Amino acid sequence: MKRLLALVLAIVMVAAFAVGCTSKKGGNDDNKVLSINDVEKTVADTITAIPKEELKVGFIFLHDQNSTYDKNFMDAATAVTKRLGLADNQVIFKTNIPESEDCYETAKELVNAGCDLIFADSFGHEPFMIKAAKEFKEVQFCHATGTRAITEKVGNYHNAFASIYEGRYLAGIAAGMKLNEMIEAKKITADKAKIGYVGAFPYAEVISGYTSFYLGVKSVCPTVTMDVKYTNSWFDITAENTAAKALIDAGCVLISQHADSSGAPSACEEAGVPNVAYNIDTSNIGPNTAIISSKISWEPYFEYIIKTMINGGQIDPDYCADLENGGVQLTKLNEKVAASGTMEAINAAKAKLIKGELNVFDTATFTVGGKKLDSYLADVVDLGDFVPDSEAVSNGCFNESTMRSAPYFNIIIDGITAEK
Amino acid sequence: MSKTNSGIAKEPLIHFTKRDDITGFKSVLWHGVGLLAGLIVCAVFIMLFTGLNPIEVYVKMFQGTFGGEVTRLKAIHHTAILLAISLAVTPAFKMKFWNIGAEGQVLIGALAAAYCMLQFGDTMEEPLLILTMFLTCMVAGMIWAMIPAIFKAIWNTNETLFTLMMNYVAITLVSYFIMVKDRSGRSDLGILNERTGYGYLPKLFGQDYLLNIAVVILITVLIFVYLKFSKQGYEIAVVGESQNTAKYIGINVKKVIIRTMAISGAICGIVGLMLVAGSPTPSLKEDIVGGMGFTAILVSWMAKFNPIIMVFVSALVVFLGDGGASATDALKIDSSVGEVLTAIIIFFIIGCEFFTRYKINFRKRQKGE
Repeated sequence: MKRLLALVLAIVMVAAFAVGCTSKKGGNDDNKVLSINDVEKTVADTITAIPKEELKVGFIFLHDQNSTYDKNFMDAATAVTKRLGLADNQVIFKTNIPESEDCYETAKELVNAGCDLIFADSFGHEPFMIKAAKEFKEVQFCHATGTRAITEKVGNYHNAFASIYEGRYLAGIAAGMKLNEMIEAKKITADKAKIGYVGAFPYAEVISGYTSFYLGVKSVCPTVTMDVKYTNSWFDITAENTAAKALIDAGCVLISQHADSSGAPSACEEAGVPNVAYNIDTSNIGPNTAIISSKISWEPYFEYIIKTMINGGQIDPDYCADLENGGVQLTKLNEKVAASGTMEAINAAKAKLIKGELNVFDTATFTVGGKKLDSYLADVVDLGDFVPDSEAVSNGCFNESTMRSAPYFNIIIDGITAEK
Repeated sequence: MSKTNSGIAKEPLIHFTKRDDITGFKSVLWHGVGLLAGLIVCAVFIMLFTGLNPIEVYVKMFQGTFGGEVTRLKAIHHTAILLAISLAVTPAFKMKFWNIGAEGQVLIGALAAAYCMLQFGDTMEEPLLILTMFLTCMVAGMIWAMIPAIFKAIWNTNETLFTLMMNYVAITLVSYFIMVKDRSGRSDLGILNERTGYGYLPKLFGQDYLLNIAVVILITVLIFVYLKFSKQGYEIAVVGESQNTAKYIGINVKKVIIRTMAISGAICGIVGLMLVAGSPTPSLKEDIVGGMGFTAILVSWMAKFNPIIMVFVSALVVFLGDGGASATDALKIDSSVGEVLTAIIIFFIIGCEFFTRYKINFRKRQKGE
């Protein structure tokens, strides 16, 4: 019996590897790489107006209100649905939904419960939302931070993000002013102006985030350098705390982060090192160290999609919130910690950014490998192939979030040392 | 020594005696009482800490698991998976081999499935691919379970620690695999073979999960028969009772230990396959098993290693878990409330075990007192 089993196993294995030589798919490997300007873009389905009283909206959140990232979405969703006058039973929240089969099942559940509009808040939810969108054509699916809607050609599936790099740039100005204050007070010398950054994962969203922050700092404090540490998690209090402490030990005099817990801000408060945060006001965690936070407000987007459902029309497959429409914001400046004149400097830069007089990724302000960046192919068309396809540099700047709302700047520029 | 005047120790007010004669009906009754008491305590907890009507919470829990077509199928599928892992750990438990490594054994099966899907997806014909996946997952789970078994059989190492540690090794291997295969930088593989559908298990009657459920029903029957009627099942029972007896009557204890763990591991490996390839949206994450490997231990024990009772216990645990999560969402209260409710109810059900095993004797009033 046992020998027979072993024999069968062996035969199957050999057969498997013998067949392993033949290819199932035809020779379609010579596909040309098309730029975002050349590919056919998604056309959104036209939605017939749904009376406000009959509309049902479902929200899928990765965690619950204990995560600052999700709380930001939850608060916006509650505020907007209340403001628009939706009753409690017209709004369904589903929390702690992992980026897996559960997301697809939850979307189905929400369709089953009568939702006309379903929103998911985490990047990894995307493929599962697309699968659900393909299956339930009559329901609109919206997804934050995703990359595929613009080219997926699924008319009822939409992405949204924000030009948060502009917010980070402004927060960077506040940090730079603080550094200048420290230099003037002779606490540090200009060449010792090193800052630290706790990032989640080494990919475009995070890299774009810290680069814009760094360029903001550099715009007021030209000698600044930055060290980056990754935690490889979106929410890990201990890892973020440890990373911040390690950066402080390595001589960083100011810390910022792109991760969702209070780990880094509390490490800064403990060490008395100024901190610039993201998504929430951290002045309660670090009353003596928190300067300011940049944040995405999802209220404009939620209002936009819900109103489109009520009035009928099309939802933009690739919506980008910005400084102008209030999607990119800064939290209240902590005057106690910030250098004097910070607010004025931020406001001046903000006005310039809105008018288009200033560009965060102006190629005159940074170098890559000692050279000016003249051309860069970014992976904008997301086919799961990770092949760079679209020229992002033109008119003297790297055009972030213009070809697609989700960030695609993923270059490590000079002055930034990112750990491998 | 004794301070009592009579010199005879007085009988305590309450004392317990062990009983072996409890009937099935009485046992069910006691567990019912435990469940009811748990629900009452939960009701008090709900009222005190959330100010909600407990009945409303229970109704939402029910709706969240058995309310709609989608939730019902999901709940049945969760039950099936939990049941399968519980069945997998049972033979070893009967042998008094404390395998707490089911989590890792399932995970390694899931890893094997994902590996085959990505590695052989576009080169193997579908039936062969699925057969390869099936065998690879089974063998992977088997190896993962047999390593601690062999160490136990030969060097008498502590299997509890060994199997526990194997879980972490499996998690690390999966992390490593994801890191190597992922090109996005986010440690996320998304949906495996999303654009091709290679290696997805076939759907039974066009329904998601139905094949998984059918396989688990088959496993349940097989394990029931194996434990109750086969010679090997008897050997397991004897080894569990006393290894010396087993040796005396000529059972090769080492062989039984290794063989039983191989069976456990094989089932876990198949569960891993079902979790990945049996999903409408296959994906691989370090936490794909979601602690079910540990919950299964509880299920197996609560069911007293009886596969049929395990069906009901798994359903109860899934009802509490999924229903609790769904109720807290529906009522917009903190998700930890659901976990507290689950804990209270399970605590009471396990607590009532005491009354099925021991008889309470009150001191009888003695004559002349």
